[in-house]
Amino acid sequence: MSTRPAARPVRTPGLSAKEEIMARLRAALDVPRRDAVTEAADVPRDYQRADDRQEVSTDPAKVRDVLAQRIADYRATVHRTTPSQLPAAIAEALDGAGSVIVPPGVPEGWTAQVAATVQVDDGTPGPRELDVIDAVLTGCHTAIAVTGTLVLRSDDLSGRRALTLVPDRHVVVVQADQVVLGVPKGIERMGEDPASPWTLISGPSATSDIELERVEGVHGPRQLHVVLVDPEPEPEPDSPAPDGTSASAPTSQETYR
Amino acid sequence: MSATVNLGMPAVRPQHASPSSTLRGTRGFPDAAREELTDEVLRGNLRHATTTIQAKRAGVVREVRDWQKLRNAGSALKWQVTDHLPELLEQLEESVTAAGGTVHWARDAEEAGEIVTSLAIERGAREILKVKSMATQEIALNETLEHAGIRAIETDLAELIVQLAGDTPSHILVPAIHRNRAQIREIFLASMPDLDPSITDDPAELAGAARRYLREKFLDSPGSVAVSGANFAVADTGTLVVVESEGNGRMCLTLPRTLISVVGIEKVVPSFQDLEVFLQLLPRSSTGERMNPYTTLFTGVREGDGPQEFHLVLLDNGRSAVLEDPDGRSALHCIRCSACLNVCPVYARAGGHAYGSTYPGPIGAILSPQMTGVQDAEDPSATLPYASSLCGACYDVCPVKIDIPAILVHLRAKDVDRRRGTRGEFHGAWDVSMKGASRLMSSPRAYDIAVRSAGTLAKVMPGKNIGTLPHALPIVPGWTDHRDLPKPGPSFRSWWDQHEKQRAAGSASGAGAAPATGGDEQQEDQA
Repeated sequence: MSTRPAARPVRTPGLSAKEEIMARLRAALDVPRRDAVTEAADVPRDYQRADDRQEVSTDPAKVRDVLAQRIADYRATVHRTTPSQLPAAIAEALDGAGSVIVPPGVPEGWTAQVAATVQVDDGTPGPRELDVIDAVLTGCHTAIAVTGTLVLRSDDLSGRRALTLVPDRHVVVVQADQVVLGVPKGIERMGEDPASPWTLISGPSATSDIELERVEGVHGPRQLHVVLVDPEPEPEPDSPAPDGTSASAPTSQETYR
Repeated sequence: MSATVNLGMPAVRPQHASPSSTLRGTRGFPDAAREELTDEVLRGNLRHATTTIQAKRAGVVREVRDWQKLRNAGSALKWQVTDHLPELLEQLEESVTAAGGTVHWARDAEEAGEIVTSLAIERGAREILKVKSMATQEIALNETLEHAGIRAIETDLAELIVQLAGDTPSHILVPAIHRNRAQIREIFLASMPDLDPSITDDPAELAGAARRYLREKFLDSPGSVAVSGANFAVADTGTLVVVESEGNGRMCLTLPRTLISVVGIEKVVPSFQDLEVFLQLLPRSSTGERMNPYTTLFTGVREGDGPQEFHLVLLDNGRSAVLEDPDGRSALHCIRCSACLNVCPVYARAGGHAYGSTYPGPIGAILSPQMTGVQDAEDPSATLPYASSLCGACYDVCPVKIDIPAILVHLRAKDVDRRRGTRGEFHGAWDVSMKGASRLMSSPRAYDIAVRSAGTLAKVMPGKNIGTLPHALPIVPGWTDHRDLPKPGPSFRSWWDQHEKQRAAGSASGAGAAPATGGDEQQEDQA
């Protein structure tokens, strides 16, 4: 045990907490670091950024493949589809759900083949009401392939945050043009509207708190279905010609295996 | 003194943390560790958990080609923050206020506790929901609220386990790492009255039990007040970032009417764009995942989505004191990933409780003593910088490249200086022998005689090692209990004399005999 009780930190009469903390910090920094002070321009930005060659020029089809594989790694369900098959794929992802809620900006066509009762969110249902709804169907703002991350902005397409949190099944539609390769590109897109509430989702709710064993399904939705919309395939010529576009694309997927 | 301090005011100095903080143990690390080491179950749990997560981390870090470049950027960003902390905090306050939030400043644990308590009381909250947060753990917020008759409900699974067991966390990321599944099942059965006793110790079933237990609280959010911490606070936009896995964070950040975030002043990052670095470094270092399941970013309040009232409590509580030491201040760069705990051979055996602080492991060993300050040689905080073998693994894994071993050595040096300066320590046998050695080594002639005689002395002793020295011998008592003290060989000078003599003799006779020096050298030649 210590020989004398520890002293309480001193508070200066007449100074507000803010003034005092600022004065403490300035006094502490009066002793400079030995080498030069680091300015924003000194931060080395030679990691792969949003304008990195790999980010810009990797074949989008390969980026989508990486995304699908990474999301599946989290034990979420991935449905690959095309624009014309989208309603059927959504219906498949919502199979078994009796009630579905959607944010107001979700296109009507998305729910055309859904058997369940579809409710359009008007912002009024509270947590209790949302808890009895089986599933929620939303779009997203961006999807980051390398980390398998869905980026949701609080808007009419991705919904307010409670909507994608309380129902037990979350079905997210990802359009091809929303898919980026790396985190920096994703942050760049979010940075266009930083003040909005954002939610990054990488797989279903999970915990590793018991013996560090990953268990899916704690407080967030226990089922995550991702409907990934690939472009319609090019009409196939009669003779099996080699696919020139993907063969000439940089083979960067190696890095992300 | 700084020119910004008003004339006539007493000079404001950086202050250590409040004594009420959970930063200083009740006894030194060696005593605490000795006891923890006898717990076989604890050691088994720790070994299993730390090796699992180390392997996961290594796997996901290996697949990032620019990992070292990201670390460099993360480190530089954190230096930028410590070098410009006052300005960045001003900017953060402006941004948060502009977005509809209210900023409070807390000099110490008591002030932070008072702010949160009065905010909760004003809103009539009898219960508040809590997201796992190191800062609130550090200031013992739950206990402060309890004194005011407010119940804090921990919603993170591991924090819930710890809270229900009346225990304390032992790891930054996985506070219940010292508990295994069977123990957790027992804790749940004892404290959740509605739990079906047929529940097994399968982690999925246990997580399910926690979900049911907490879901009612979330949906009704009784006091409609939640308290969180934050991983990052962005100065230029006022955005707070909370990184989590389970969804309890999203529940607390979204459903209640009032949100209070208690955030250490070092958590500020300069710009929104800088998140592109930290959101790559943190998840892979922490849980060993490419990305954690949920990350929430929010800026002030948003009508129609989430809490309609947001309070940010910026906490000093000893951080200014850490900043004061130029050689120790990078301890503030820590993003609480806990990678250094998992690789540390000392942590993996002794466990988190032995450190006696909210911040255990290598980072705790440099952060806790700097935050509390060290009062005297008996201070438990004084023992923490010695809770390391200086193997350097912590530095290798640190995502923001905090040179933990260098700071440990720096803090040890400070401790030795302090002890030498006070209480007349280091005037025993050690000091006397050091003084003797100093005199001996400053005279080449005396030194030569001494080492030559040591060589002669060695010849009369059997074996290669000197055995255990008797404790009565005043030179470094106990040093030879666990180490072999080798017998001194011939000194270089006597070897050289011998060598030269033989060379002269060899060139005269033409015989290339091996130099007949000490026995050890001959053995090496044969090997």
